Amino acid sequence: MQLIECPWCGPREEVEFHYGGQAHVPYPDAPAEVSDEEWAHYVFFRDNTKGRFAERWCHSAGCRRWFTAVRDTTTYRFERVRRLDDPGPHATELARARRSTAP
Amino acid sequence: MSPGPTRTPGADLPEHPDFLWRDPEPKRSYDVVIVGGGGHGLATAHYLAKNHGITDVAVLEKGWLGGGNMARNTTIIRSNYLWDESSAIYEQSLKLWEGLEEDLGYPILFSQRGVLNLAHTLQDVRDSVRRVEANKLNGVDAEWLETDEVRKVCPIVNTSTDIRYPVLGATYQPRAGIAKHDYVAWGFARRAHEAGIDLIQDCEVTGFATDGDRVTGVQTTRGTIAAGTVALCAAGHTSVLTDMLGIRVPVQSHPLQALVSELLEPVHPTVVMSNAVHVYVSQAHKGELVMGAGVDSYNGYGQRGAFHVIERQMAAAVELFPVFARAHLLRTWAGIVDTSPDASPIVGRTPYDNVYLNCGWGTGGFKATPGVGWALAHTIASGEPHPNVAPFTLDRFVTGALVDEHGAAAVAH
Ligand SMILES: Cc1cc2nc3c(=O)[nH]c(=O)nc-3n(C[C@H](O)[C@H](O)[C@H](O)COP(=O)(O)OP(=O)(O)OC[C@H]3O[C@@H](n4cnc5c(N)ncnc54)[C@H](O)[C@@H]3O)c2cc1C
Ligand SMILES: [Zn+2]
Repeated sequence: MQLIECPWCGPREEVEFHYGGQAHVPYPDAPAEVSDEEWAHYVFFRDNTKGRFAERWCHSAGCRRWFTAVRDTTTYRFERVRRLDDPGPHATELARARRSTAP
Repeated sequence: MSPGPTRTPGADLPEHPDFLWRDPEPKRSYDVVIVGGGGHGLATAHYLAKNHGITDVAVLEKGWLGGGNMARNTTIIRSNYLWDESSAIYEQSLKLWEGLEEDLGYPILFSQRGVLNLAHTLQDVRDSVRRVEANKLNGVDAEWLETDEVRKVCPIVNTSTDIRYPVLGATYQPRAGIAKHDYVAWGFARRAHEAGIDLIQDCEVTGFATDGDRVTGVQTTRGTIAAGTVALCAAGHTSVLTDMLGIRVPVQSHPLQALVSELLEPVHPTVVMSNAVHVYVSQAHKGELVMGAGVDSYNGYGQRGAFHVIERQMAAAVELFPVFARAHLLRTWAGIVDTSPDASPIVGRTPYDNVYLNCGWGTGGFKATPGVGWALAHTIASGEPHPNVAPFTLDRFVTGALVDEHGAAAVAH
Protein backbone atom coordinates (compact mmCIF):
# COMPACT_ATOMS: atom_id res chain seq x y z
CA MET A 1 0.00 0.00 0.00
CA GLN A 2 1.36 3.39 -0.90
CA LEU A 3 2.19 5.97 1.74
CA ILE A 4 0.89 9.45 1.10
CA GLU A 5 2.51 12.40 2.80
CA CYS A 6 -0.11 14.54 4.54
CA PRO A 7 1.38 18.03 4.81
CA TRP A 8 0.20 18.21 8.43
CA CYS A 9 0.51 14.63 9.69
CA GLY A 10 3.32 13.19 7.60
CA PRO A 11 3.29 9.86 5.75
CA ARG A 12 0.14 7.82 6.26
CA GLU A 13 -1.40 4.82 4.49
CA GLU A 14 -3.36 5.43 1.32
CA VAL A 15 -6.61 4.09 2.83
CA GLU A 16 -6.75 7.13 5.12
CA PHE A 17 -7.18 9.46 2.15
CA HIS A 18 -9.99 10.54 -0.10
CA TYR A 19 -9.43 11.64 -3.70
CA GLY A 20 -10.84 15.00 -4.74
CA GLY A 21 -10.00 15.21 -8.44
CA GLN A 22 -8.31 18.02 -10.33
CA ALA A 23 -7.00 20.97 -8.30
CA HIS A 24 -7.26 24.64 -9.17
CA VAL A 25 -10.62 24.54 -10.94
CA PRO A 26 -11.87 28.05 -10.32
CA TYR A 27 -15.52 28.79 -9.54
CA PRO A 28 -16.80 31.22 -12.19
CA ASP A 29 -16.04 34.83 -11.26
CA ALA A 30 -19.43 36.14 -12.35
CA PRO A 31 -21.80 33.19 -12.03
CA ALA A 32 -24.83 35.07 -13.29
CA GLU A 33 -23.11 35.91 -16.55
CA VAL A 34 -21.78 32.46 -17.34
CA SER A 35 -23.18 30.71 -20.44
CA ASP A 36 -24.66 27.20 -20.33
CA GLU A 37 -21.58 25.92 -22.07
CA GLU A 38 -19.23 27.49 -19.55
CA TRP A 39 -21.33 26.11 -16.69
CA ALA A 40 -21.22 22.67 -18.25
CA HIS A 41 -17.46 22.89 -18.45
CA TYR A 42 -17.20 24.00 -14.84
CA VAL A 43 -19.46 21.17 -13.64
CA PHE A 44 -18.54 18.21 -15.83
CA PHE A 45 -15.24 18.73 -17.64
CA ARG A 46 -11.90 18.08 -16.01
CA ASP A 47 -8.44 17.51 -17.42
CA ASN A 48 -7.49 13.86 -17.68
CA THR A 49 -3.76 14.28 -17.87
CA LYS A 50 -1.43 11.38 -18.56
CA GLY A 51 1.61 12.43 -16.54
CA ARG A 52 2.04 15.08 -13.85
CA PHE A 53 -1.35 16.17 -12.54
CA ALA A 54 -2.26 18.70 -9.83
CA GLU A 55 -5.08 17.31 -7.74
CA ARG A 56 -6.83 17.56 -4.40
CA TRP A 57 -6.69 14.99 -1.65
CA CYS A 58 -8.25 14.93 1.81
CA HIS A 59 -6.71 13.18 4.79
CA SER A 60 -10.22 12.05 5.65
CA ALA A 61 -9.38 9.40 8.27
CA GLY A 62 -6.73 11.62 9.90
CA CYS A 63 -6.66 15.40 10.31
CA ARG A 64 -9.53 15.69 7.78
CA ARG A 65 -7.84 18.54 5.97
CA TRP A 66 -7.63 19.06 2.21
CA PHE A 67 -4.33 19.57 0.42
CA THR A 68 -3.04 19.63 -3.12
CA ALA A 69 -0.65 17.15 -4.61
CA VAL A 70 1.27 16.79 -7.82
CA ARG A 71 1.08 13.15 -8.77
CA ASP A 72 2.19 11.29 -11.86
CA THR A 73 -0.83 9.43 -13.25
CA THR A 74 1.37 6.89 -15.02
CA THR A 75 3.46 5.85 -11.99
CA TYR A 76 0.99 7.03 -9.29
CA ARG A 77 3.98 8.54 -7.47
CA PHE A 78 3.32 11.66 -5.40
CA GLU A 79 5.90 14.25 -6.35
CA ARG A 80 4.83 17.06 -4.05
CA VAL A 81 2.14 17.87 -1.54
CA ARG A 82 1.18 21.33 -0.37
CA ARG A 83 -1.15 22.84 2.21
CA LEU A 84 -3.98 24.95 0.86
CA ASP A 85 -2.67 27.97 2.78
CA ASP A 86 0.65 27.65 1.01
CA PRO A 87 0.21 28.97 -2.52
CA GLY A 88 3.56 27.63 -3.67
CA PRO A 89 4.77 27.88 -7.21
CA HIS A 90 3.15 24.69 -8.45
CA ALA A 91 -0.35 26.13 -8.50
CA THR A 92 0.67 28.56 -11.17
CA GLU A 93 3.10 26.12 -12.75
CA LEU A 94 0.50 23.46 -13.20
CA ALA A 95 -2.88 25.13 -13.26
CA ARG A 96 -3.68 24.60 -16.87
CA ALA A 97 -5.03 27.49 -18.84
CA ARG A 98 -8.71 26.50 -18.99
CA ARG A 99 -9.24 25.24 -22.46
CA SER A 100 -12.54 25.77 -24.18
CA THR A 101 -13.99 23.37 -26.71
CA ALA A 102 -12.08 23.78 -29.94
CA PRO A 103 -12.17 24.40 -32.80
CA MET B 1 -23.92 -48.68 -13.82
CA SER B 2 -20.82 -46.63 -14.31
CA PRO B 3 -21.19 -42.89 -14.47
CA GLY B 4 -21.05 -41.32 -17.94
CA PRO B 5 -17.89 -39.66 -19.14
CA THR B 6 -17.16 -36.67 -16.94
CA ARG B 7 -16.75 -33.33 -18.60
CA THR B 8 -13.18 -32.12 -18.27
CA PRO B 9 -13.20 -28.44 -17.42
CA GLY B 10 -11.84 -26.62 -20.43
CA ALA B 11 -12.54 -29.45 -22.85
CA ASP B 12 -14.84 -27.17 -24.82
CA LEU B 13 -12.06 -24.67 -25.52
CA PRO B 14 -11.05 -24.62 -29.18
CA GLU B 15 -7.54 -25.34 -30.34
CA HIS B 16 -5.17 -22.43 -30.24
CA PRO B 17 -5.71 -20.70 -33.55
CA ASP B 18 -3.22 -20.21 -36.35
CA PHE B 19 -2.62 -16.66 -37.45
CA LEU B 20 -5.99 -15.16 -38.17
CA TRP B 21 -4.98 -12.00 -39.95
CA ARG B 22 -2.16 -10.57 -42.05
CA ASP B 23 0.29 -8.15 -40.52
CA PRO B 24 0.30 -5.53 -43.29
CA GLU B 25 2.38 -2.42 -43.80
CA PRO B 26 0.12 0.61 -43.47
CA LYS B 27 -0.98 2.14 -46.78
CA ARG B 28 -0.61 5.90 -47.21
CA SER B 29 -4.32 6.55 -47.16
CA TYR B 30 -7.63 4.94 -46.15
CA ASP B 31 -11.28 5.94 -46.41
CA VAL B 32 -11.71 5.15 -42.73
CA VAL B 33 -9.06 5.01 -40.00
CA ILE B 34 -10.12 3.49 -36.70
CA VAL B 35 -7.82 4.32 -33.78
CA GLY B 36 -7.74 1.46 -31.29
CA GLY B 37 -7.76 -2.28 -31.94
CA GLY B 38 -9.88 -3.32 -29.00
CA GLY B 39 -13.27 -4.98 -29.31
CA HIS B 40 -15.03 -1.76 -30.23
CA GLY B 41 -12.62 -0.83 -33.03
CA LEU B 42 -12.60 -4.36 -34.44
CA ALA B 43 -16.39 -4.72 -34.30
CA THR B 44 -16.78 -1.36 -36.04
CA ALA B 45 -14.43 -2.55 -38.79
CA HIS B 46 -16.39 -5.79 -39.18
CA TYR B 47 -19.77 -4.09 -39.50
CA LEU B 48 -18.39 -1.40 -41.84
CA ALA B 49 -17.51 -4.23 -44.23
CA LYS B 50 -20.48 -6.48 -43.59
CA ASN B 51 -23.32 -3.97 -43.39
CA HIS B 52 -22.04 -1.14 -45.56
CA GLY B 53 -19.51 -2.66 -47.96
CA ILE B 54 -16.81 -0.25 -46.73
CA THR B 55 -13.47 -2.05 -46.72
CA ASP B 56 -10.84 0.60 -47.38
CA VAL B 57 -10.36 0.68 -43.63
CA ALA B 58 -7.40 0.49 -41.26
CA VAL B 59 -7.56 -0.33 -37.59
CA LEU B 60 -4.48 1.15 -35.89
CA GLU B 61 -3.42 -0.39 -32.59
CA LYS B 62 -0.48 0.85 -30.55
CA GLY B 63 0.05 -2.53 -28.87
CA TRP B 64 -1.42 -5.80 -30.02
CA LEU B 65 -5.01 -6.46 -31.11
CA GLY B 66 -7.34 -6.94 -28.18
CA GLY B 67 -4.56 -6.30 -25.63
CA GLY B 68 -6.23 -3.37 -23.84
CA ASN B 69 -9.40 -3.56 -21.79
CA MET B 70 -10.64 -6.18 -24.21
CA ALA B 71 -8.22 -8.68 -22.66
CA ARG B 72 -8.65 -7.43 -19.10
CA ASN B 73 -12.37 -7.38 -18.47
CA THR B 74 -14.49 -9.86 -16.56
CA THR B 75 -16.62 -10.52 -19.67
CA ILE B 76 -20.05 -10.01 -18.15
CA ILE B 77 -22.74 -9.48 -20.78
CA ARG B 78 -26.23 -8.31 -19.79
CA SER B 79 -28.80 -5.73 -20.86
CA ASN B 80 -30.76 -5.09 -17.65
CA TYR B 81 -30.15 -1.34 -17.62
CA LEU B 82 -32.78 1.03 -16.26
CA TRP B 83 -33.14 3.79 -18.83
CA ASP B 84 -34.66 3.36 -22.29
CA GLU B 85 -31.56 4.77 -24.03
CA SER B 86 -29.23 2.30 -22.34
CA SER B 87 -31.52 -0.66 -22.59
CA ALA B 88 -31.90 -0.04 -26.34
CA ILE B 89 -28.20 -0.30 -27.12
CA TYR B 90 -27.34 -3.05 -24.64
CA GLU B 91 -30.35 -5.18 -25.60
CA GLN B 92 -29.61 -4.89 -29.32
CA SER B 93 -26.04 -5.82 -28.46
CA LEU B 94 -27.23 -8.87 -26.52
CA LYS B 95 -29.31 -9.95 -29.52
CA LEU B 96 -26.18 -9.64 -31.68
CA TRP B 97 -24.20 -11.71 -29.14
CA GLU B 98 -26.86 -14.41 -29.52
CA GLY B 99 -26.00 -14.78 -33.23
CA LEU B 100 -22.36 -13.74 -33.13
CA GLU B 101 -20.71 -17.16 -33.20
CA GLU B 102 -22.52 -17.86 -36.46
CA ASP B 103 -21.82 -14.41 -37.89
CA LEU B 104 -18.10 -14.65 -37.13
CA GLY B 105 -17.81 -18.34 -37.96
CA TYR B 106 -15.66 -18.63 -34.89
CA PRO B 107 -16.22 -19.98 -31.37
CA ILE B 108 -16.64 -17.25 -28.77
CA LEU B 109 -17.94 -19.46 -25.94
CA PHE B 110 -20.93 -17.22 -25.31
CA SER B 111 -22.58 -18.82 -22.31
CA GLN B 112 -26.02 -17.53 -21.32
CA ARG B 113 -25.85 -18.64 -17.72
CA GLY B 114 -27.81 -15.68 -16.33
CA VAL B 115 -26.88 -12.88 -13.99
CA LEU B 116 -28.05 -12.19 -10.47
CA ASN B 117 -27.82 -8.63 -9.17
CA LEU B 118 -28.17 -8.96 -5.41
CA ALA B 119 -30.14 -6.60 -3.19
CA HIS B 120 -28.98 -6.11 0.40
CA THR B 121 -31.14 -3.30 1.76
CA LEU B 122 -34.78 -2.34 1.52
CA GLN B 123 -33.86 0.49 -0.83
CA ASP B 124 -31.85 -1.94 -2.99
CA VAL B 125 -34.97 -4.12 -3.16
CA ARG B 126 -37.19 -1.25 -4.28
CA ASP B 127 -34.67 -0.03 -6.87
CA SER B 128 -34.25 -3.56 -8.17
CA VAL B 129 -37.98 -4.21 -8.52
CA ARG B 130 -38.31 -0.92 -10.34
CA ARG B 131 -35.52 -1.89 -12.72
CA VAL B 132 -37.14 -5.27 -13.37
CA GLU B 133 -40.40 -3.56 -14.35
CA ALA B 134 -38.56 -1.06 -16.57
CA ASN B 135 -36.68 -3.96 -18.20
CA LYS B 136 -39.94 -5.78 -18.93
CA LEU B 137 -41.41 -2.69 -20.57
CA ASN B 138 -38.34 -2.60 -22.83
CA GLY B 139 -38.60 -6.27 -23.77
CA VAL B 140 -35.59 -7.23 -21.66
CA ASP B 141 -35.96 -10.53 -19.81
CA ALA B 142 -35.88 -9.82 -16.09
CA GLU B 143 -37.32 -11.27 -12.92
CA TRP B 144 -37.31 -10.41 -9.26
CA LEU B 145 -36.21 -13.39 -7.14
CA GLU B 146 -36.81 -13.78 -3.41
CA THR B 147 -33.95 -15.03 -1.27
CA ASP B 148 -34.92 -18.72 -1.46
CA GLU B 149 -35.12 -18.47 -5.25
CA VAL B 150 -31.65 -16.90 -5.33
CA ARG B 151 -30.39 -19.96 -3.47
CA LYS B 152 -31.90 -22.22 -6.13
CA VAL B 153 -30.17 -20.35 -8.99
CA CYS B 154 -26.82 -20.15 -7.20
CA PRO B 155 -26.59 -22.54 -4.22
CA ILE B 156 -23.18 -21.28 -3.09
CA VAL B 157 -24.41 -17.76 -2.29
CA ASN B 158 -24.55 -17.20 1.45
CA THR B 159 -28.25 -16.49 2.01
CA SER B 160 -28.03 -16.66 5.78
CA THR B 161 -29.57 -13.73 7.65
CA ASP B 162 -26.56 -13.74 9.90
CA ILE B 163 -24.17 -11.77 7.69
CA ARG B 164 -23.39 -8.10 7.60
CA TYR B 165 -25.34 -7.44 4.40
CA PRO B 166 -27.93 -10.24 4.10
CA VAL B 167 -29.23 -11.11 0.63
CA LEU B 168 -32.81 -9.81 0.48
CA GLY B 169 -33.37 -10.99 -3.09
CA ALA B 170 -31.99 -10.34 -6.55
CA THR B 171 -32.87 -9.36 -10.04
CA TYR B 172 -32.26 -12.15 -12.52
CA GLN B 173 -31.64 -11.88 -16.25
CA PRO B 174 -31.50 -15.43 -17.64
CA ARG B 175 -30.20 -14.39 -21.10
CA ALA B 176 -27.17 -12.63 -19.61
CA GLY B 177 -23.83 -14.42 -19.43
CA ILE B 178 -20.17 -14.38 -20.35
CA ALA B 179 -18.05 -14.94 -23.46
CA LYS B 180 -14.38 -15.63 -24.04
CA HIS B 181 -13.07 -12.12 -24.70
CA ASP B 182 -9.90 -13.05 -26.61
CA TYR B 183 -11.89 -15.20 -28.99
CA VAL B 184 -14.37 -12.38 -29.54
CA ALA B 185 -11.51 -10.05 -30.54
CA TRP B 186 -9.93 -12.67 -32.76
CA GLY B 187 -13.27 -13.57 -34.36
CA PHE B 188 -13.95 -9.95 -35.30
CA ALA B 189 -10.35 -9.48 -36.44
CA ARG B 190 -10.50 -12.55 -38.66
CA ARG B 191 -13.70 -11.44 -40.38
CA ALA B 192 -12.45 -7.88 -40.88
CA HIS B 193 -9.21 -9.22 -42.32
CA GLU B 194 -11.11 -11.52 -44.69
CA ALA B 195 -13.06 -8.50 -45.91
CA GLY B 196 -9.76 -6.80 -46.86
CA ILE B 197 -9.44 -4.47 -43.87
CA ASP B 198 -5.89 -3.74 -42.65
CA LEU B 199 -5.31 -4.49 -38.98
CA ILE B 200 -2.10 -2.72 -38.07
CA GLN B 201 -0.52 -3.48 -34.73
CA ASP B 202 2.41 -1.72 -33.09
CA CYS B 203 1.20 1.55 -34.63
CA GLU B 204 0.48 4.36 -32.19
CA VAL B 205 -1.38 7.46 -33.25
CA THR B 206 0.73 10.37 -32.01
CA GLY B 207 -0.94 13.35 -33.66
CA PHE B 208 -3.37 14.59 -36.28
CA ALA B 209 -3.09 16.59 -39.47
CA THR B 210 -5.99 19.01 -39.71
CA ASP B 211 -7.39 21.42 -42.25
CA GLY B 212 -9.98 23.73 -40.72
CA ASP B 213 -12.76 21.64 -39.25
CA ARG B 214 -11.55 18.44 -40.91
CA VAL B 215 -8.87 15.99 -39.97
CA THR B 216 -6.89 15.01 -43.05
CA GLY B 217 -4.81 12.25 -41.53
CA VAL B 218 -3.20 10.71 -38.48
CA GLN B 219 0.46 10.82 -37.53
CA THR B 220 1.67 7.49 -36.26
CA THR B 221 4.84 5.79 -35.12
CA ARG B 222 4.77 4.22 -38.60
CA GLY B 223 4.33 7.40 -40.60
CA THR B 224 1.48 9.68 -41.57
CA ILE B 225 -1.67 8.06 -42.87
CA ALA B 226 -4.32 10.08 -44.70
CA ALA B 227 -7.91 9.44 -43.67
CA GLY B 228 -11.33 10.30 -45.07
CA THR B 229 -12.95 9.61 -41.71
CA VAL B 230 -11.42 8.95 -38.31
CA ALA B 231 -13.11 7.00 -35.51
CA LEU B 232 -11.59 7.13 -32.03
CA CYS B 233 -12.03 3.82 -30.19
CA ALA B 234 -9.23 4.19 -27.64
CA ALA B 235 -11.18 3.55 -24.40
CA GLY B 236 -9.12 4.85 -21.42
CA HIS B 237 -6.68 6.72 -23.66
CA THR B 238 -9.31 8.74 -25.48
CA SER B 239 -8.49 12.05 -23.84
CA VAL B 240 -4.83 11.66 -24.74
CA LEU B 241 -6.04 11.75 -28.35
CA THR B 242 -8.74 14.38 -27.97
CA ASP B 243 -6.28 16.66 -26.15
CA MET B 244 -4.20 16.64 -29.35
CA LEU B 245 -7.29 17.75 -31.26
CA GLY B 246 -8.22 20.43 -28.75
CA ILE B 247 -11.53 18.70 -28.00
CA ARG B 248 -12.49 18.49 -24.34
CA VAL B 249 -14.26 15.27 -23.41
CA PRO B 250 -15.63 14.79 -19.88
CA VAL B 251 -14.03 11.44 -19.14
CA GLN B 252 -11.71 10.51 -16.32
CA SER B 253 -9.44 7.49 -16.68
CA HIS B 254 -9.27 5.18 -13.68
CA PRO B 255 -7.62 1.84 -12.99
CA LEU B 256 -10.15 -0.99 -12.69
CA GLN B 257 -8.88 -4.25 -11.27
CA ALA B 258 -9.87 -7.86 -11.66
CA LEU B 259 -8.44 -11.15 -10.48
CA VAL B 260 -8.70 -14.88 -11.01
CA SER B 261 -8.35 -17.89 -8.77
CA GLU B 262 -6.68 -21.16 -9.61
CA LEU B 263 -8.75 -23.67 -11.61
CA LEU B 264 -11.57 -25.23 -9.62
CA GLU B 265 -14.29 -27.78 -10.29
CA PRO B 266 -17.49 -26.15 -11.57
CA VAL B 267 -19.17 -24.68 -8.49
CA HIS B 268 -20.58 -21.39 -9.68
CA PRO B 269 -23.41 -21.78 -12.21
CA THR B 270 -24.27 -18.17 -12.99
CA VAL B 271 -22.92 -14.61 -12.74
CA VAL B 272 -23.41 -12.85 -9.41
CA MET B 273 -23.02 -9.13 -8.93
CA SER B 274 -23.46 -7.09 -5.82
CA ASN B 275 -23.46 -3.36 -5.90
CA ALA B 276 -23.62 -2.84 -2.15
CA VAL B 277 -20.70 -5.02 -1.12
CA HIS B 278 -19.14 -4.52 -4.50
CA VAL B 279 -17.92 -7.69 -6.02
CA TYR B 280 -18.89 -9.54 -9.14
CA VAL B 281 -18.07 -13.14 -9.84
CA SER B 282 -18.41 -15.80 -12.48
CA GLN B 283 -16.57 -19.03 -13.15
CA ALA B 284 -14.68 -19.11 -16.42
CA HIS B 285 -15.01 -22.02 -18.82
CA LYS B 286 -11.73 -23.55 -17.66
CA GLY B 287 -12.72 -23.18 -14.01
CA GLU B 288 -11.12 -20.02 -12.65
CA LEU B 289 -13.25 -17.80 -10.48
CA VAL B 290 -13.17 -14.42 -12.20
CA MET B 291 -13.82 -11.45 -9.94
CA GLY B 292 -14.01 -7.72 -10.47
CA ALA B 293 -14.14 -4.81 -8.08
CA GLY B 294 -14.86 -1.09 -8.31
CA VAL B 295 -12.52 1.47 -9.84
CA ASP B 296 -9.65 2.89 -7.86
CA SER B 297 -10.66 6.38 -6.79
CA TYR B 298 -7.82 8.30 -8.44
CA ASN B 299 -7.04 8.99 -12.09
CA GLY B 300 -4.47 6.64 -13.49
CA TYR B 301 -2.95 5.26 -16.65
CA GLY B 302 -0.61 2.74 -15.07
CA GLN B 303 -2.63 -0.47 -15.66
CA ARG B 304 -2.31 -1.42 -12.03
CA GLY B 305 -4.32 -0.46 -8.97
CA ALA B 306 -4.15 -0.31 -5.20
CA PHE B 307 -3.95 -3.41 -3.05
CA HIS B 308 -6.64 -2.34 -0.58
CA VAL B 309 -9.26 -2.38 -3.33
CA ILE B 310 -8.53 -6.06 -3.93
CA GLU B 311 -8.49 -6.73 -0.21
CA ARG B 312 -11.97 -5.26 0.31
CA GLN B 313 -13.33 -7.04 -2.70
CA MET B 314 -12.00 -10.37 -1.41
CA ALA B 315 -13.51 -9.75 2.01
CA ALA B 316 -16.89 -9.19 0.39
CA ALA B 317 -16.48 -12.23 -1.85
CA VAL B 318 -15.63 -14.56 1.01
CA GLU B 319 -18.60 -13.41 3.07
CA LEU B 320 -20.96 -13.88 0.14
CA PHE B 321 -19.37 -17.15 -1.01
CA PRO B 322 -17.92 -18.94 2.02
CA VAL B 323 -16.66 -21.77 -0.24
CA PHE B 324 -14.15 -19.35 -1.78
CA ALA B 325 -12.24 -19.10 1.48
CA ARG B 326 -9.77 -21.81 0.48
CA ALA B 327 -9.31 -20.77 -3.14
CA HIS B 328 -5.90 -19.44 -4.10
CA LEU B 329 -5.58 -16.18 -5.91
CA LEU B 330 -3.61 -16.68 -9.10
CA ARG B 331 -3.16 -13.19 -10.49
CA THR B 332 -4.55 -9.68 -10.49
CA TRP B 333 -4.35 -6.96 -13.11
CA ALA B 334 -5.95 -3.67 -14.06
CA GLY B 335 -7.24 -1.95 -17.14
CA ILE B 336 -7.74 1.78 -17.61
CA VAL B 337 -11.38 2.68 -17.99
CA ASP B 338 -12.82 5.98 -19.18
CA THR B 339 -15.61 7.00 -16.82
CA SER B 340 -18.07 9.75 -17.70
CA PRO B 341 -20.04 11.94 -15.29
CA ASP B 342 -23.36 10.18 -16.01
CA ALA B 343 -21.89 6.67 -16.24
CA SER B 344 -22.96 6.44 -19.88
CA PRO B 345 -20.96 6.31 -23.10
CA ILE B 346 -20.16 9.23 -25.38
CA VAL B 347 -20.57 8.31 -29.04
CA GLY B 348 -20.96 10.33 -32.19
CA ARG B 349 -19.94 13.62 -33.69
CA THR B 350 -17.14 15.91 -32.58
CA PRO B 351 -16.43 19.52 -33.49
CA TYR B 352 -14.46 18.08 -36.44
CA ASP B 353 -16.69 17.11 -39.38
CA ASN B 354 -15.07 13.76 -40.08
CA VAL B 355 -14.01 12.61 -36.60
CA TYR B 356 -16.26 10.33 -34.56
CA LEU B 357 -15.92 9.66 -30.90
CA ASN B 358 -16.58 6.40 -29.06
CA CYS B 359 -15.64 6.47 -25.41
CA GLY B 360 -16.92 6.72 -21.85
CA TRP B 361 -17.95 3.04 -21.69
CA GLY B 362 -16.11 2.92 -18.41
CA THR B 363 -16.42 -0.33 -16.52
CA GLY B 364 -19.11 -1.83 -18.75
CA GLY B 365 -18.35 -1.63 -22.44
CA PHE B 366 -17.43 -5.23 -23.25
CA LYS B 367 -21.09 -6.22 -23.37
CA ALA B 368 -21.69 -3.43 -25.89
CA THR B 369 -18.98 -4.63 -28.30
CA PRO B 370 -21.18 -5.88 -31.16
CA GLY B 371 -23.90 -3.30 -30.53
CA VAL B 372 -21.61 -0.30 -30.60
CA GLY B 373 -19.66 -1.66 -33.57
CA TRP B 374 -22.95 -1.96 -35.46
CA ALA B 375 -24.13 1.54 -34.51
CA LEU B 376 -20.78 3.26 -35.05
CA ALA B 377 -20.35 1.63 -38.47
CA HIS B 378 -23.81 2.94 -39.41
CA THR B 379 -22.90 6.40 -38.10
CA ILE B 380 -19.64 6.48 -40.08
CA ALA B 381 -21.25 5.12 -43.26
CA SER B 382 -24.25 7.47 -43.26
CA GLY B 383 -22.84 10.47 -41.44
CA GLU B 384 -25.93 10.32 -39.19
CA PRO B 385 -25.94 8.88 -35.69
CA HIS B 386 -27.55 5.46 -35.46
CA PRO B 387 -30.70 5.78 -33.28
CA ASN B 388 -29.08 3.57 -30.62
CA VAL B 389 -26.21 6.00 -30.08
CA ALA B 390 -28.05 9.24 -30.87
CA PRO B 391 -28.81 9.93 -27.16
CA PHE B 392 -25.14 9.58 -26.22
CA THR B 393 -23.82 12.76 -27.78
CA LEU B 394 -21.02 14.90 -26.41
CA ASP B 395 -23.31 17.93 -26.25
CA ARG B 396 -25.62 16.32 -23.70
CA PHE B 397 -23.29 17.65 -21.02
CA VAL B 398 -24.19 21.16 -22.15
CA THR B 399 -27.88 20.60 -22.93
CA GLY B 400 -28.37 18.64 -19.71
CA ALA B 401 -29.99 15.68 -21.50
CA LEU B 402 -27.94 13.23 -19.45
CA VAL B 403 -28.53 9.47 -19.43
CA ASP B 404 -27.74 8.85 -15.81
CA GLU B 405 -27.09 5.14 -15.34
CA HIS B 406 -25.33 5.41 -11.96
CA GLY B 407 -26.88 2.92 -9.61
CA ALA B 408 -29.14 1.67 -12.35
CA ALA B 409 -26.13 0.08 -14.00
CA ALA B 410 -25.85 -2.28 -11.04
CA VAL B 411 -22.20 -1.60 -10.36
CA ALA B 412 -20.81 1.47 -8.73
CA HIS B 413 -18.48 3.36 -11.00
C1 LIG C 1 -10.96 -5.12 -14.99
C2 LIG C 1 -12.04 -4.78 -15.96
C3 LIG C 1 -13.25 -5.47 -15.89
C4 LIG C 1 -14.28 -5.17 -16.79
N1 LIG C 1 -15.40 -5.95 -16.77
C5 LIG C 1 -16.37 -5.75 -17.69
C6 LIG C 1 -17.48 -6.64 -17.74
O1 LIG C 1 -17.58 -7.61 -16.97
N2 LIG C 1 -18.44 -6.40 -18.66
C7 LIG C 1 -18.37 -5.35 -19.53
O2 LIG C 1 -19.29 -5.17 -20.31
N3 LIG C 1 -17.29 -4.52 -19.54
C8 LIG C 1 -16.28 -4.69 -18.65
N4 LIG C 1 -15.18 -3.87 -18.63
C9 LIG C 1 -15.12 -2.72 -19.54
C10 LIG C 1 -14.70 -3.09 -20.96
O3 LIG C 1 -13.54 -3.88 -20.94
C11 LIG C 1 -14.45 -1.81 -21.78
O4 LIG C 1 -15.52 -0.91 -21.64
C12 LIG C 1 -14.30 -2.11 -23.25
O5 LIG C 1 -13.40 -3.16 -23.46
C13 LIG C 1 -13.82 -0.85 -23.98
O6 LIG C 1 -13.76 -0.97 -25.39
P1 LIG C 1 -12.54 -1.61 -26.21
O7 LIG C 1 -12.71 -3.07 -26.12
O8 LIG C 1 -12.46 -1.08 -27.58
O9 LIG C 1 -11.30 -1.02 -25.37
P2 LIG C 1 -9.80 -1.53 -25.41
O10 LIG C 1 -9.70 -3.00 -25.58
O11 LIG C 1 -9.08 -0.91 -24.27
O12 LIG C 1 -9.34 -0.88 -26.80
C14 LIG C 1 -8.75 0.39 -26.95
C15 LIG C 1 -7.47 0.17 -27.72
O13 LIG C 1 -6.97 1.41 -28.17
C16 LIG C 1 -5.58 1.32 -28.19
N5 LIG C 1 -5.03 2.69 -28.23
C17 LIG C 1 -5.12 3.63 -27.26
N6 LIG C 1 -4.47 4.75 -27.66
C18 LIG C 1 -4.01 4.51 -28.91
C19 LIG C 1 -3.25 5.29 -29.85
N7 LIG C 1 -2.85 6.53 -29.58
N8 LIG C 1 -2.93 4.71 -31.04
C20 LIG C 1 -3.32 3.44 -31.32
N9 LIG C 1 -4.00 2.66 -30.46
C21 LIG C 1 -4.35 3.20 -29.28
C22 LIG C 1 -5.25 0.56 -26.90
O14 LIG C 1 -3.97 -0.03 -26.94
C23 LIG C 1 -6.37 -0.47 -26.87
O15 LIG C 1 -6.02 -1.72 -27.41
C24 LIG C 1 -14.12 -4.13 -17.74
C25 LIG C 1 -12.91 -3.43 -17.82
C26 LIG C 1 -11.87 -3.76 -16.94
C27 LIG C 1 -10.58 -3.01 -17.05
ZN1 LIG D 1 -3.41 14.81 7.99
